[in-house]
Amino acid sequence: MDSKLVVSPSPHVHSGESTSRLMFNVVLALMPAFAVSLYYFGLGALIVTLLSVLSCVFFEYLIQKFLLKVTPTISDGSAIVTGLLLAFNVPSNLPWYIVVVGSLFAIGVAKMSFGGLGSNPFNPALAARVFMLISFPVQMTSWPLPIESRLKYVDAITGPTPLAIVKEGLKKGDTVTQIADQIPTHMQLFMGVMGGSLGEIAAFALLIGFVWLLYKKVITWHIPISIIATIFVFTGILWLINPEGNADPIFHLLTGGVMIGAIFMATDYVTSPMHPKGMVIFGIGIGLLTVIIRVWGAYPEGVSFAILIMNAFVPLLNRYVKPKRFGEEVKRNG
Amino acid sequence: MLRTFAKGGVHPPENKLSADKPIEVLPLPAKVSIPISQHIGAPATILVAKGDRVRVGQLIAQSSGFVSANIHSSVSGVVDSIEPLLDSSGYKRPAVTIVVDGDEWEPAIDRSPVLKREISTDAEGIIKKITDAGIVGLGGATFPSHVKLSVPAGKKVEVLIINGVECEPYLTSDHRLMLEKGHEIMVGIQLLMRVLGVDKAMVGIENNKPDAIKHLTDISPEYKGITVHALKVKYPQGGEKQLIKALINREVPSGGLPIDIGAVVHNVGTAYAVYEAVQKNKPLFERVVTVTGKNLAKPSNFMVRIGTPVAELIAAAGGLPEDSAKVVNGGPMMGKAVSDINVPVTKGTSGIIVFPAAESKRKAESVCIRCAKCVTACPMGLEPYLLIRMSQRMMFDRMEGERVLDCMECGSCSFECPANLPLLDYIRLGKAEVNKIIRARKN
Amino acid sequence: MSSILITAILVLSILGVLLAVVLYLVAQKFKVIEDPRIDLVEAVLPGANCGGCGYPGCRGFAEAFVKADDITTMFCPVGGNDTMANAAQVIGKTAEAKDPLVAVVRCSGSPEHRKRVLEYDGAASCKLATALYSGDTGCHYGCLGLGDCVAVCKFDAIYIDPITLLPVVDEEKCTACGACVKACPKFIIELRKKGPKGKRIYVSCINKDKGGPARKACQVACIGCGKCAKVCPHDAITVENNLAYIDYNKCKLCRKCVEECPTGAIMEINFPPRKQKVEGQTESAETV
Repeated sequence: MDSKLVVSPSPHVHSGESTSRLMFNVVLALMPAFAVSLYYFGLGALIVTLLSVLSCVFFEYLIQKFLLKVTPTISDGSAIVTGLLLAFNVPSNLPWYIVVVGSLFAIGVAKMSFGGLGSNPFNPALAARVFMLISFPVQMTSWPLPIESRLKYVDAITGPTPLAIVKEGLKKGDTVTQIADQIPTHMQLFMGVMGGSLGEIAAFALLIGFVWLLYKKVITWHIPISIIATIFVFTGILWLINPEGNADPIFHLLTGGVMIGAIFMATDYVTSPMHPKGMVIFGIGIGLLTVIIRVWGAYPEGVSFAILIMNAFVPLLNRYVKPKRFGEEVKRNG
Repeated sequence: MLRTFAKGGVHPPENKLSADKPIEVLPLPAKVSIPISQHIGAPATILVAKGDRVRVGQLIAQSSGFVSANIHSSVSGVVDSIEPLLDSSGYKRPAVTIVVDGDEWEPAIDRSPVLKREISTDAEGIIKKITDAGIVGLGGATFPSHVKLSVPAGKKVEVLIINGVECEPYLTSDHRLMLEKGHEIMVGIQLLMRVLGVDKAMVGIENNKPDAIKHLTDISPEYKGITVHALKVKYPQGGEKQLIKALINREVPSGGLPIDIGAVVHNVGTAYAVYEAVQKNKPLFERVVTVTGKNLAKPSNFMVRIGTPVAELIAAAGGLPEDSAKVVNGGPMMGKAVSDINVPVTKGTSGIIVFPAAESKRKAESVCIRCAKCVTACPMGLEPYLLIRMSQRMMFDRMEGERVLDCMECGSCSFECPANLPLLDYIRLGKAEVNKIIRARKN
Repeated sequence: MSSILITAILVLSILGVLLAVVLYLVAQKFKVIEDPRIDLVEAVLPGANCGGCGYPGCRGFAEAFVKADDITTMFCPVGGNDTMANAAQVIGKTAEAKDPLVAVVRCSGSPEHRKRVLEYDGAASCKLATALYSGDTGCHYGCLGLGDCVAVCKFDAIYIDPITLLPVVDEEKCTACGACVKACPKFIIELRKKGPKGKRIYVSCINKDKGGPARKACQVACIGCGKCAKVCPHDAITVENNLAYIDYNKCKLCRKCVEECPTGAIMEINFPPRKQKVEGQTESAETV
């Protein structure tokens, strides 16, 4: 042996986990949902997704290389995930320039201006989505109908989302029973046969992704389950009080991005709390805000706003909600 | 569902390459260097001089305080030099070098292999023999055992816990010892029980050693009060606090000792050493050492005399392979990389692990993505991501409030970190600084 | 419309006046009476808050300075004699002048002189490496080169030379605050008298090993031969534990020891280049 002995502090072994592997697993977990959206929205879904991913990676490279003058870290895969999630949160008939502007906002403003990966307070994809929603309200809320417009991109036939139908109907004073025939059945909702953002529609595909993320230990159950449980319980109570004035809890869970929000958006590492207690509070907060916005707010859909608002509370949760230390309980009692 | 501790923990690849290799007696080396500081506490005072003849088991350095331990010669021969030599601490520290000449033992030592079951010594006699024999915690912490056995006034021990967990990957010395010296260990445990005045002892063994669990469970009815418990495999279950939590579901208070909640923990190796010291009059001068590594020709378990150069162990295990670049004294999670392969084996050397070059160096660091894996992994419920930031920014006063001193340096956080951040490195640094602050405050 | 405007202006103005009164009253009630000289002394101090004086920041020094009966032991290394004179004037005392000091790195073990035998792979911190081992070379005393001294320097006065891998002190910027001296876990850095026109001589080694091992580990190590002590006409050099030390208060900068040292461990700084005279002498004189 001629090489020098290496001396390093313990531990001398490593799990082999890396940022790029985690991101790769998230991408894999998003694939079932992507496949479903290709099936329902076809060409439009393909164009928007590719465009979004490519422009996110491209902007990240440009900003790191020429603006910040650091070694680009696009190989860590975080820009790919942002691009995918951004695409999944917009309608499949969104004009290309809006997608590019959205990507630029996600990477340039929401991520890089805060210091890049690990330092951004708000989920980049969601921040960009909200930015686009406010800047291009018409294009962002014209939802192509599934299957019918498979071979079309911007000229797709559009219709409202189930949540919008319910919201409009209830506003007019109709009862849920009266609206019932206009909205898809629960099974259809579960399978994703509805208008909506291209990746948010199919609950079953997103749940497959959830199982994969849990199996690969990329995320823990705390955030998704607490969001879903909170929405279920809250809307359930409202529904029990007045079944004619409120949609049922299953309907709420299966529509309008609850699944993608709970599984993929709220669990974003950088913008979620660091320990289980905080995660559960974070999840409950998102759940409550979502229902409040949906039922009493102006928008039919509230997950994006709820997550962004709770993102703002993450530093506070990290600071004041501490994990239970080993040996702490005993000290207090003894 | 097997028992384990509740919070945190990781499961590194076990790599117990030498689990089925019986303990072999390593041939006597030509020369041994016995450091006089092999334990936590004050170094022992040297009793011999250059040129003195010593026998196996002869006291060569005497304990120099309450927290200190006797050191005995592990060979017979002539004292060649007494001077500072590099040991596994990475520093030159005083050591007695003896040139081996024959194998002449102290006559008082009973060398017969017969199991001696009857216990004829009373509690005080046992403690005295343990003190005289220089026994320290053989799990790796090397805390003098007689100190741990002296129960402070006002404290009561309810249960003796025996650590047969061996949660560190690669290491198999305790495993082999339990298989091959099960009865001796059981008698040792009974001796410890007598000292502590308890009638209950629990042996905790991780479930990746089914043969050891079976063997000890089978013989345990012969020994009153001793029960054997299989535990789920999870690192760092061999940590005192985690083992107590797993076995009796009590938490040692922060900053406290196991005795505060009525438990005393000893390693199986220590129990064996206690048996030999009390029943056979044999001081602690040899121990079982696992020599292992993925690229090593012959991973083995050796019975080694203290002071033998590590290089001789590696040679006996097939020699140092060309592509090795790191040699670790202890386990891969908490062991120490040695600066020279000629450092001597000490009482705390549970294993020698040779790492191939490809696994010797850390991977490049990237930024923290706040994945919280370190928080989930920490068995003490700390927040390593926060501690490393504070340490890097020299905010040591705040680290104290974040309980950095609870950290036992198990390395689970660094092991898990996908960004390869040196979490434990900086936490260690912070601990040292916080300790300095606390000392300054007391003065 | 205009009535709303007037109401708004009125309400806000009254609110403003009321709150101002409250603020004034509270400020009066909780007023802390302080020796005004503290502010004056603090104004004289450099304001670097380096802690080099031993007090927590300049304010802390000013408070202690005003209170102290005897100020001879107190010194602001950054400000030096001028600052101390001014500060003493504020409280009506006089400060003794002290020789200006500078941080000196007592190790010359560059990779050329001191072979690396190990490879360190951990966080870049000398303190951490010290907990692990005695160093990546055969020398157990020398500089680890991981830059703890650089990290603590508030004046940007010390950096690691990329070729020698040793810290270099920028004597123009160094204020002798002593932060690096405290930070170095190997105790390599020492504050020494800056000397006339910066001229100074020191032993650039702290290896306490015997000559053989010391020389083997590092070509420019002090081997404790004692030649320098013998040749020194001013009795300034002592050899203890195989290591020579030059007392800067006794040294008269004659440079005899520099010529005598067989390993070149003694450094002369800021001297004009000397004429070559003795043949076969090791090139020890390093002029910065």
